[in-house]
Amino acid sequence: MKWLLVALMVGATTAGEVLQAAGMRRHGEIRDFRPGALGRAVAMLARNRFVIGSGVCMAISFFAFMKLLSVTELSFAVPVSAVSYVMETVLAKYVLKERVSRRRWAGALLVVGGVLLVST
Amino acid sequence: MILFDLSSHSGTEATRLRWKTWICVVVVVFSNAFGDFFMKRGLPESARLVTPLDYIAMLFQPWVALGVGLLILWQLSRMALLSWADLSYVLPVTSVGYVVVALIGKVLLSEAITPRRWAGIVLIMAGVALVSIGSPSTVDADRAVGK
Repeated sequence: MKWLLVALMVGATTAGEVLQAAGMRRHGEIRDFRPGALGRAVAMLARNRFVIGSGVCMAISFFAFMKLLSVTELSFAVPVSAVSYVMETVLAKYVLKERVSRRRWAGALLVVGGVLLVST
Repeated sequence: MILFDLSSHSGTEATRLRWKTWICVVVVVFSNAFGDFFMKRGLPESARLVTPLDYIAMLFQPWVALGVGLLILWQLSRMALLSWADLSYVLPVTSVGYVVVALIGKVLLSEAITPRRWAGIVLIMAGVALVSIGSPSTVDADRAVGK
């Protein structure tokens, strides 16, 4: 049960965040932060298939996390979710075609190490 | 190589993007940290989450509702950030949130920060510093997935 929830949470988080990044890239840089323009951007994004897909995945991940918290400790649930960091960085390179420099890799690995230390 | 120069072909453009990125990162980090804080504060220890209705009923407890409001702001500001910054930049840089959560615990809940947690905080800050030296964006929006 515990590991099933972990797999569900990590898988859904990874898929959700990669879809979100892809959807926002597709939308293009948000430059106008006035309320009207932001409202129009939200209306447009609500019809963006990548963003809709990411919303579904994030909802699954959110409820899986809540359920996980009810069967395990926070000091297990938070560090285990750092696994999605590594998976997302790999997908950022191969799916989103970002240039993940050595410096970014080093930074991501330091962060994962730090998260493990902070949250256990 | 051309990709690296996207935001640096003019100095003011790079500066604009950097400022905008940092302001957005601050909103993302604090809305996430305080959103989680109020969620945890609002969720009773004995919460029984079995049916979908249990989850929905939980969302209407006042502290949980404030937490949810902040988490909505978190998602919207994160989406705005991702509209110009790379995921492989946003992930490490916004992980400053773990540090903020630890400091919230120390200041508001007077939780002790053990040497082990301090070491983790140092590692996270080092990772963030390393990533944030570079440009936030390496992808041309016109070549994004699905275009």
